[in-house]
Amino acid sequence: MGTQLVMYEEEFTKINAVCDRLTKDANAKVVFLVDKNGQLISSAGQTQNIDTTSLASLTAGNVAAMGGLAKLIGENEFPHQFHEGAKDSLYMTIVGSRVVLVVIFDNRTSLGLVRLRIKKASDELTKIFESLVKKTDGPGVGSPFAEISDDDIDNLFSE
Amino acid sequence: MSFINYSSREINCKIVYYGPGLCGKTTNLQYIYNKTAAETKGKLISLSTETDRTLFFDFLPLSLGEIRGFKTRFHLYTVPGQVFYDASRKLILKGVDGVVFVADSQVERMEANMESLENLRINLAEQGYDLNKLPYVMQYNKRDLPNAVTVEEMRKSLNQRNIPEYQAVAPTGVGVFDTLKAVAKLVLTELKKGG
Repeated sequence: MGTQLVMYEEEFTKINAVCDRLTKDANAKVVFLVDKNGQLISSAGQTQNIDTTSLASLTAGNVAAMGGLAKLIGENEFPHQFHEGAKDSLYMTIVGSRVVLVVIFDNRTSLGLVRLRIKKASDELTKIFESLVKKTDGPGVGSPFAEISDDDIDNLFSE
Repeated sequence: MSFINYSSREINCKIVYYGPGLCGKTTNLQYIYNKTAAETKGKLISLSTETDRTLFFDFLPLSLGEIRGFKTRFHLYTVPGQVFYDASRKLILKGVDGVVFVADSQVERMEANMESLENLRINLAEQGYDLNKLPYVMQYNKRDLPNAVTVEEMRKSLNQRNIPEYQAVAPTGVGVFDTLKAVAKLVLTELKKGG
């Protein structure tokens, strides 16, 4: 089984900072970072009108489907995807083969600028996730759930 | 593959409903969606065909409450049951933490049940999972139909390992929450072990 994704305060702060900066530098509307399994990791920008949980799940579904297509034609994956809408467009990049960076933008910026800024953010995020994986695999990190009792679990279902 | 966030104190787990076409996977999710309080659920997303057959997946996020200060969230997915959507089914199993196998109790669907269960085993193995080691429960759905085979019969064909099993009538909700609770408990127990 693959390793589970564990996020710590230190890396979470760094990741949020990268997403915030990318939103500003690319003049984007929203930036999301999504785990390939569909879990939302971070978001920045005008997220208030967006169902972020659904977005994360559909992003993962889309990336998985495109990955399947890529393999059919002999590619490993399609690391970049661009979807152009009438008003808003969406750019997806696979980072460190583990997470997906999603940028939503409109005509106040350009695809070229978005791509340029994504490149830089993507490099930074790759480093952060590398250190995160090392930390998770390191000694002394147990599951926070190791301590829970059967009663704790039962209580969740008591109502 | 659960996602634990120490910073926002959240834990997210993925549960997949598997089974042959028209066995009631989507109906399970629809019932759960209709019967849970607005503040504990997100949107139910169904990627389906014009004839309401699941094309890619259904998705329902649910919050179960807190365990030791961690918000516990479950993401429920269904797979498309029709045989020719196998490529999509494989994708949805990625990162799964627990599986519900929904079996159709009708006698003429017994073969489809067995085929789908074998398909689940193969698709999991391709991703490095072993069904025998994964949190996994069985639901015998459509118990209200006159052509339903006996539970003993179903057990013999589908549940020789004697995993937790539930009888259900998904449209009216019989057994739906029992099944969900059972698999959620198994997933959390697995996490406790450090899974």
